[in-house]
Amino acid sequence: MAFKAAVLVFPGSNCDRDCKTAVETTVGGQVDMVWHEETALPSGLDLIVIPGGFSYGDYLRCGAMASLSPIMQAVKAEAARGVSVLGICNGFQILCESGLLPGALLRNSGLKYVCKPIELKIENRNTRFTSAYGNAQSVWMTQGNGDGNFFADDATLAAIEDNDQVVFRYAENPNGSVNDIAGIVNAKGNVLGMMPHPDRAFEASLGSADGAPLFQSLVNSLQTA
Amino acid sequence: MKAKVHVYLKPGVLDVQGKAVEGALHGLGWDGVSNVRVGKLLEFDLDGSDAEAAKGELKAMCEKLLANTVIESYKVEVA
Repeated sequence: MAFKAAVLVFPGSNCDRDCKTAVETTVGGQVDMVWHEETALPSGLDLIVIPGGFSYGDYLRCGAMASLSPIMQAVKAEAARGVSVLGICNGFQILCESGLLPGALLRNSGLKYVCKPIELKIENRNTRFTSAYGNAQSVWMTQGNGDGNFFADDATLAAIEDNDQVVFRYAENPNGSVNDIAGIVNAKGNVLGMMPHPDRAFEASLGSADGAPLFQSLVNSLQTA
Repeated sequence: MKAKVHVYLKPGVLDVQGKAVEGALHGLGWDGVSNVRVGKLLEFDLDGSDAEAAKGELKAMCEKLLANTVIESYKVEVA
């Protein structure tokens, strides 16, 4: 069966088409764009992508307004059913604001927007998002955000670490993220939020193809399920 | 009623904007300034006349939207 994905589109999303192209290029299948005012998602999805950008102009807090969009109720329901959800950059912020992932993203400690290729260490290669990375220890993707400084209180952080929910760490911390955290999954393992962009690093012409195995991992997880 | 909601980063959460403002104030000669915290003030009109009930509503608004209690604390006022 062809892979079926949906990419959410909020006012201010700017990586939505990148995400669609990334999925189509790396794993093929059908990718639907879903406007945030929709109340239902297409049926039978294998993946829901919440793309990067500046939803609602980052008003109030990054991701705060988007987390209350009608479509997010459907995303929460699908996530509870075990459907894979990937939030990249602003998508990670939206997942934290909506309560689907623990923690929050603060202003970068250096106060600057960080925009550059970045090296990530794969911390957990047993997730449905990372199984295709094999023995790769580190990968390169690109970073592009002003509020990527992951924060969680001590108790939450201990739980995230103990439960192997840290999926990616920065090789060199660019933004002050606690424990160098670049990406985490929820306790169930079906919701991944990450600040670096696999959707900007899925083929060699983009400078790195290291984002591609992330999407391929999801296909593998369906075949072995 | 006039409602005011103050939202700040919690103590212990690094406020990089506050640090930058503090550095700028030091640069202008105000060396006695320390622990600058940059927050938000939201003002709005609220129907009703029961101040205590209004405060309860405002707190609920903070918990659901106006503050992210993972990183922020809040204070509400009605007048």
